[in-house]
Amino acid sequence: MQAQTQERPIIEVKNVSKAFGGLQVINDCSLDVAKGSITGMIGPNGAGKSTLFNIIAGTLEEDSGQVLMEGRDITHEAPDQLFHQGLLRTFQIAHEFSHMTALENLMMVPPAQEGENLFSTWLKPGRVHAQEEEVRRRALEVIDFVNLGHVKNELAGNLSGGQKKLLELGRTMMTDAKVVLLDEIAAGVNRTLLVDLVSNIERLNQELGYTFLVIEHDMDMIARLCDPVIVLAQGEVMMEGSIEEVRNNQEVVEAYFGKAG
Amino acid sequence: MNELVFFINKALISGAVAGSIYAIGAVGVTLVFSIMRFAHFAHADQMTFGALIVFFLTALFPGAGAALGIPTPLLMLPLAMLATSVLAIGIDKAFYKPLREHGVKPIVIVIASLGVTLMLQGIIRLFAGTSSRSLYIEESKAIFRLDLPGDLASRPLVITEPQILLIVFTILAVFGLHLFLNRTRMGKAMRAMSDNPDLARVSGIDTNKVVMVTWVLAGCLAAAAGTFLSLDVSLSPDLSFFLLLPIFAAAIVGGVGHPYGAIAGGFLVGYAETLSVFNWSVLLRPINHWFPEWMEIPRNLSLVGTEYKIVVPFFILVVVLIWRPTGIFKGKVI
Repeated sequence: MQAQTQERPIIEVKNVSKAFGGLQVINDCSLDVAKGSITGMIGPNGAGKSTLFNIIAGTLEEDSGQVLMEGRDITHEAPDQLFHQGLLRTFQIAHEFSHMTALENLMMVPPAQEGENLFSTWLKPGRVHAQEEEVRRRALEVIDFVNLGHVKNELAGNLSGGQKKLLELGRTMMTDAKVVLLDEIAAGVNRTLLVDLVSNIERLNQELGYTFLVIEHDMDMIARLCDPVIVLAQGEVMMEGSIEEVRNNQEVVEAYFGKAG
Repeated sequence: MNELVFFINKALISGAVAGSIYAIGAVGVTLVFSIMRFAHFAHADQMTFGALIVFFLTALFPGAGAALGIPTPLLMLPLAMLATSVLAIGIDKAFYKPLREHGVKPIVIVIASLGVTLMLQGIIRLFAGTSSRSLYIEESKAIFRLDLPGDLASRPLVITEPQILLIVFTILAVFGLHLFLNRTRMGKAMRAMSDNPDLARVSGIDTNKVVMVTWVLAGCLAAAAGTFLSLDVSLSPDLSFFLLLPIFAAAIVGGVGHPYGAIAGGFLVGYAETLSVFNWSVLLRPINHWFPEWMEIPRNLSLVGTEYKIVVPFFILVVVLIWRPTGIFKGKVI
């Protein structure tokens, strides 16, 4: 459907199914996310968007099917392993380490630091210290990038909902991410912050080459950011195309509002 | 002055000893709670297990410590810590992990830990019998009597070697734990996981590794507390039974999941217990002549009898929780 992908898709979902009890939430679903794209995922409530997200991110185990990242099978990998391969996610309801400051929250992120090993803390304090300084420098850059510089020493639990969302986005910038899954990043964010958020996502996509997969209910944001857009309904991909194609598709309109008459 | 020395010996030192034991135990319980969110009842039996390992090793190599000039049980403690950590990780793999991965409610794991408690107690009795034993096998417990200068008091200050070791260990353990949680990456990962496990996972923190490290810490602390207590008194298989309730009281009073709270709670409970069974009439005797003729100081003026000692932690628990429902320190996360 998309012309621009000669390259192998960065994420491939192949025939994934998932049921909760008797409820078939994802039904033999297959989709691709092109490298370097900002792919949107929309669909009515209960279409299985979040479930599919959780499956890709490794939080949920699928009943059957496969997820590939850069052609490698990541079906059974845990979220922390995926993190180290550059697959990151944010949460629909913003998550934060509420008892740490905003800056400390960002400094928690970088992988494979020297300090990881208990012994190196005692044996090579100089190197660990230098690395912590490097991480702090990066965290300070990121926190300015997401416009949270003025609250960097505030406990993250005290930030507003919108600020927590920005912090989530900042978290994805602390490491060299390849794919970032954004779960309703705009929900509960005021318009002014939203403009920041959208421009930050675009900058990350263009300047750092992040691929984004975005679940969103805010159609304006989808229209501004995403191409292509995947429509999910009843656990299946209903269609994929540009936002214009999606808006003009009768089937999609029916899925959202029910059949006329 | 003799009375004051008596007070220091019987109240201050004893309270510090009980408080240290409860504090080390409560820290272990609270660490497990903050990472895995369940009350681990078998913790106290891991203490007995650790002490038992020390006992066996000491019985096997009774002269080993003398070569280095330290008590043999102290020399064996690191090995017992290792064994107890392995036991803790093994128990987790066998009993708690499958439940956790099934996503059961925390109460199910609590009940499982009660089962583990009964099992461990049975196994310990199977190998060690029911009698109590001294950990000093070929050595004798060093008792230090410090005479006060001049004619201040005829009684000496008395402190035993295990008591000194215990107090030193507690100070080192608290300091080390503080550095670990705040300075090392792993410690920070533990704090992160206790704060928000989902976020920790997507931030690249290997939560299985954090769980393992938690069990190692809990196991080492349990083995140490059990050993020091057995050195001070004696090793009996029902050691854990008497420790379990005050330790949980200490952890809850301090704010569950909060290590510094557990330390404060441990000393609070320890001192409360000791002071409430202390015979206060001793302190009144020197000022006997201030009282009118008709008033006689009773022979025993303790707040509660020794047989009711176990009630004290619960009294403290109720009072503190009414005053501060989440414990002295706000509980829940490291």
